[in-house]
Amino acid sequence: MQFGIFSVGDVTPDPTTGREPTERERIKAMVAIALKAEEVGLDVFATGEHHNPPFVPSSPTTMLGYIAARTEKLILSTSTTLITTNDPVKIAEDYAMLQHLADGRVDLMMGRGNTGPVYPWFGQDIRQGINLAVENYALLHRLWREDVVTWEGKFRTPLQSFTSTPRPLDGVAPFVWHGSIRSPEIAEQAAYYGDGFFHNNIFWPADHTKRMVELYRERYAHYGHGTAEQAIVGLGGQVFMRPNSQDAVREFRPYFDNAPVYGHGPSLEDFTEQTPLTVGSPQQVIEKTLSFREYAGDYQRQLFLMDHAGLPLKTVLEQLDLLGEQVVPVLREEFAKNRPADVPDAPTHAARVAAAEEKEEVSRA
Amino acid sequence: MKLVVVSAGLSVPSSTRLLGDRLAAATAGRVSGEVDLRVVELRDLAVEIAHNFTNGFPGRALSAAIDDVTSADGLIVVTPVFSASYSGLFKSFFDVLDKDALAGRPVLIAATGGTGRHSLVLEHALRPLFAYLRAVVVPTGVYAASEDWGAEGLAERIERAAGELAALMPAGTPAPAPMPSSASAGSEAVVPAQPAPGRADGFHVVPFEEQLAALRA
Repeated sequence: MQFGIFSVGDVTPDPTTGREPTERERIKAMVAIALKAEEVGLDVFATGEHHNPPFVPSSPTTMLGYIAARTEKLILSTSTTLITTNDPVKIAEDYAMLQHLADGRVDLMMGRGNTGPVYPWFGQDIRQGINLAVENYALLHRLWREDVVTWEGKFRTPLQSFTSTPRPLDGVAPFVWHGSIRSPEIAEQAAYYGDGFFHNNIFWPADHTKRMVELYRERYAHYGHGTAEQAIVGLGGQVFMRPNSQDAVREFRPYFDNAPVYGHGPSLEDFTEQTPLTVGSPQQVIEKTLSFREYAGDYQRQLFLMDHAGLPLKTVLEQLDLLGEQVVPVLREEFAKNRPADVPDAPTHAARVAAAEEKEEVSRA
Repeated sequence: MKLVVVSAGLSVPSSTRLLGDRLAAATAGRVSGEVDLRVVELRDLAVEIAHNFTNGFPGRALSAAIDDVTSADGLIVVTPVFSASYSGLFKSFFDVLDKDALAGRPVLIAATGGTGRHSLVLEHALRPLFAYLRAVVVPTGVYAASEDWGAEGLAERIERAAGELAALMPAGTPAPAPMPSSASAGSEAVVPAQPAPGRADGFHVVPFEEQLAALRA
């Protein structure tokens, strides 16, 4: 199982001081957070992609390429890559390039963005959101798997004998997760291709997450990729910890109460009860995270949102120390218990290369 | 047979709730078989509805109410008139539903007010709202001003509207036409309620090959 963090990349004033980081500070902070993730033994860093203030990460492969150069083991991912408004040809090339630079430590999560106007900004029509996700990904899937592609579709100019370059590292495409909160079409798409399904459950009650994951698992089995239990599932989570849980609540409350996403709404207590948000001791975070398995089954990737609500960098780095030292080692151990042997590990480039070679040998034999 | 009343009345007791209860009793009397009657009091859900806007998901009580409304065989919706329209709370509840959640569902619209001068609120505010939601709105809406509770005519309007709603509910008995003016057209145009794409019934999934094929077409 893989553990990591995902960042939205918002520039939010610290509500306790009123101080707002500059874009440069926020971008550098994201890099510092990624480096810290590797240092404390996490497996994955994923960045969002946004094209509007107050968000900074509009150019994910630039940032991930820079982080790749400064890390050794960390898997670099996205949360999410806009499969609707990016040209699939450019995604194919950008991420294949990143794959080479990062020695295969790359995967992606496809999504449809967080704001309607992003469609017209990139010359697309929001009413075609799902159709764009379907057609663009179908093309991207081919561009990474076929050296020469001739293609015609509804949403971009046709391709004649086109080869996207560079070709994927070792001839193996980056693994793809499809992220969705409430669209069953996307769970269906992930299942169809045998790709991963990431349910970003951070603002949703457990019963909704359960239904979406069940749908994906059922359809994954339907398409013959394996049993429902073998489908590749990722989940989100968000936490704030201090050794003493009262300290965590006291320190985090002003951030919660003023956060752009959940501030000025329900109480911290109601929100923690109904969603994966955990504010408390590392032990409480462990218990809450382990409970995800009860409704999502044995899963492959757990990403935490840590740098949110205007928390200062210093605090986020302290949080990552706690996550890496006290939480994740226990989670690794506990999640491994009673995990059926035929439930696959989280995908890595090395494992995918090995699987591709094995398949080739079988077909040659 | 599930009959659900949505009442946006705020006071206790409330004339809006009273009108909802009268309409429910009249409707229940006209459908055959057991009637499972649920009343959704929006007053009790006001905070969760507001939180749904800020959080993006419904709390537990609101979620249960949404399940009731989207699985109803017939729906009676009643609002007080505030500032010449439905109340903000009433509109907010329907704003948090999926836009397809009421498609094909029979709905009886009703409102209460201090004066009869606002009675057309049914036609200029409620009916367009439920038309947008693609509900099947019965021809007779019922408006009750304060004075109507002590005057003749309200009981007949309640009966007529209830008959029209019952006729649209599965296994409903056609509305008798006690008055020449009552719209028996409503009883002829029986539209069976579609199974909701609602939460209780699970997801509706288009197989992926079909999605791909639709794009190639």
